[in-house]
Amino acid sequence: MSFAFTEDQQLLADSADRFLADKYGFDARKAILRGDAGWSRDMWRAFAELGWLALAVPEDHGGLGGSTVDLAVLMERFGRHLVVEPFLATVVLGAETVARGGSDAQKAAILPAVAEGGTLLALGVGEPRARFDLHRVATTATRDGGGWRLSGHKAVVLHADAADRLILSARTAGAEDDRDGITLFLVDPKADGVTLRPYPTVDGLRGAEVLLDGVALSDADVLGGVDAGLPVIEAVVDRALVLLSAEAVGAMAETVRLTADYLRTREQFGRPLSSFQVLQHRMVEMLQAKEFAHALCYRAAGAMDSTDGIERARAAAGIKAESGRAGRLIGQEAIQLHGGMGMTDEMAVGHYFKRMTMIDVQFGNAAHHLRRFATLS
Amino acid sequence: MELVLSPEDAAFRAEVRAFLQEKLPPDLANKSATGLRLGKDEHVRWQKILHEKGWVAANWPVEHGGTGWTAMQKHIFEEECAAAGAPPLIPFGLLMVAPVIMAFGNQAQKDRYLPRILRSDDWWCQGYSEPGSGSDLASLRTRAVRDGDHYVVSGQKTWTTLAQHADMMFTLVRTDDSGKRQEGITFLLIDMHSPGVTVQPITTMDGSQEINSVFLDDVRVPVENRIGEEGKGWTYAKYLLGHERTGIAGTGRSKAQLRRLKEIARSEMSGGRPLIEDPDFAQRIAQLELDLLSLESLVLRVLHDSKGAPGPEASFLKIKGTEVQQKLTELMMEAVGPYAAPFQPEAFREEHWNEEPAGPDYAPPLAAVYFNWRKASIYGGSNEIQRNIIAKAVLGL
Repeated sequence: MSFAFTEDQQLLADSADRFLADKYGFDARKAILRGDAGWSRDMWRAFAELGWLALAVPEDHGGLGGSTVDLAVLMERFGRHLVVEPFLATVVLGAETVARGGSDAQKAAILPAVAEGGTLLALGVGEPRARFDLHRVATTATRDGGGWRLSGHKAVVLHADAADRLILSARTAGAEDDRDGITLFLVDPKADGVTLRPYPTVDGLRGAEVLLDGVALSDADVLGGVDAGLPVIEAVVDRALVLLSAEAVGAMAETVRLTADYLRTREQFGRPLSSFQVLQHRMVEMLQAKEFAHALCYRAAGAMDSTDGIERARAAAGIKAESGRAGRLIGQEAIQLHGGMGMTDEMAVGHYFKRMTMIDVQFGNAAHHLRRFATLS
Repeated sequence: MELVLSPEDAAFRAEVRAFLQEKLPPDLANKSATGLRLGKDEHVRWQKILHEKGWVAANWPVEHGGTGWTAMQKHIFEEECAAAGAPPLIPFGLLMVAPVIMAFGNQAQKDRYLPRILRSDDWWCQGYSEPGSGSDLASLRTRAVRDGDHYVVSGQKTWTTLAQHADMMFTLVRTDDSGKRQEGITFLLIDMHSPGVTVQPITTMDGSQEINSVFLDDVRVPVENRIGEEGKGWTYAKYLLGHERTGIAGTGRSKAQLRRLKEIARSEMSGGRPLIEDPDFAQRIAQLELDLLSLESLVLRVLHDSKGAPGPEASFLKIKGTEVQQKLTELMMEAVGPYAAPFQPEAFREEHWNEEPAGPDYAPPLAAVYFNWRKASIYGGSNEIQRNIIAKAVLGL
């Protein structure tokens, strides 16, 4: 493994830094959040023009065939700027699921459109009683003539309200917690029997409950093999754990920077807070947590493309546990060191804290993945 | 580990329980228990019920309408109220300014303000912190200049909790900046309806508006609203700090929250089993319960040793008390897993929201409450300041 970025990665990092610094400041983000959709179509088109939406799409489907490290470079920048566009939902989760599990026809229909920015996706693999278990699927797909009928409830589906296609897991065989018997389906959110109950999330993103009541599907809507969906889901979600961690690392870096700046400017007892040794040491703890998480994150990103099986899963679980722990420490300390100002909506630091907190919750928190890391050996 | 009570205290507890069962309106108890915000009228309604019984001012001496309870009785009362889900008392009048008025106010001030506080006729708020003066409160700059029978007050106060409801504000202002910083501070009572007072809400990161900026622009305050002597305000504020501390550990509320955490953990599933049976989660609850037991034990020891007026030991209670409160909010949020994410403030801020929330009905406020309670280690003298106090006053460093 190498810790040096390639020239292309450096270019990507620089261009993302420049673009986001220019177009995605804290006030610009606030304006985006106030819009009806809660994110910006214009920004999405700009992402497409920059080639970011094509980054993860395979080359033979109109993409750039980028690596997980490439994506991590971008996600880290998204974390620094708290980008709210549906990149995780569409590119990291949706497109990757199609690329891994889809037929040639499905790939051809979906992936070039994702790369161009025309198609949005959402992946629904969680359920109300499943907590963080991907294999605990109570939503059912039953045979109905030559097709399928889908019924159930997919929980907290990120950006489902914007998606052109939903990718949902359903049980086609076995008991609720069997690892076999899970199948992925492509679902039109406007189809009869699909009800979306959308909401904003506490960190400024969008989510929805997806309720399915006898939704009629054909065999062409099956993504990957019947009863064989779980390995695809796990591979996609494990890589997403690393990329979410990259986003968290970006948020951590910015949180540390904002807090150090605040301590330098805020004076109490006639001197800057930054001159108090006790606060200096706490800043150092925060910085250390971020540095270790950053290093582990890029190692795990490399492992996503170079290993498989238990080793790959362990890398993903490990960094998600670590980024959850570090994000919590850094977020809580940042608010404390900001004092009352840290509690206010007008300061950026609270928004970073909220995003880091919700990244921890997404696809399994630090406790969940620490246990998984311990079990996978 | 239940408290072992004397027969008298056990009888007292039974009396409090019976009262709460009879008089605590179920709608208020329900709201408090589920994390819904209470409005001004609801707080006042409960405080008036307590006043009718003669129990609203547990800390006051009998001569002013207090209960004359022992430290243990006060503790039992607080615990039982929290356990029953009674709304917390709004502290600014009853617990904060009243002791200062009793100790340092003149007879006219006592006659005028104390009965109104007892009856909850006035809603008070605290005007201490300023944008440039938080932990270093003595650096405050709000200026009061004498003009005949009035002070003319100008400046800005901040983090003023529930000032939007307030009729009166007790405040620290600067009347002299020639000498030592602490010596030029005066304690004034300001009518919030005076011309020149502007309250501006501050939205906090959880989306709520309970704190405010209070702008004072040439506000004319009668000299008769000054407590004690000019320039002695710092002494009075420090006296008040000692009083603010008795209930600061919040053990009653935390015990109720712990019960709620366990209920949520029994109801949530993890790996096909109730979350409360998950060994990791169960251990974290157990650790928190131990922290809470130690905290309560120290509260009882301090109450016993100090006869209700704790010294610097109160700082231990503030640090541990707020850490326990924060950990409770953290574990409750964690318990609901992915359902921490949906932001549905209508579900816990609006009375007549009849839609179904995204997750279980206890989930919507949990993330917001977690974010909101980060304030606890900041306000009331940040936990860093508390550590300074312990280092100096207890360890002699």
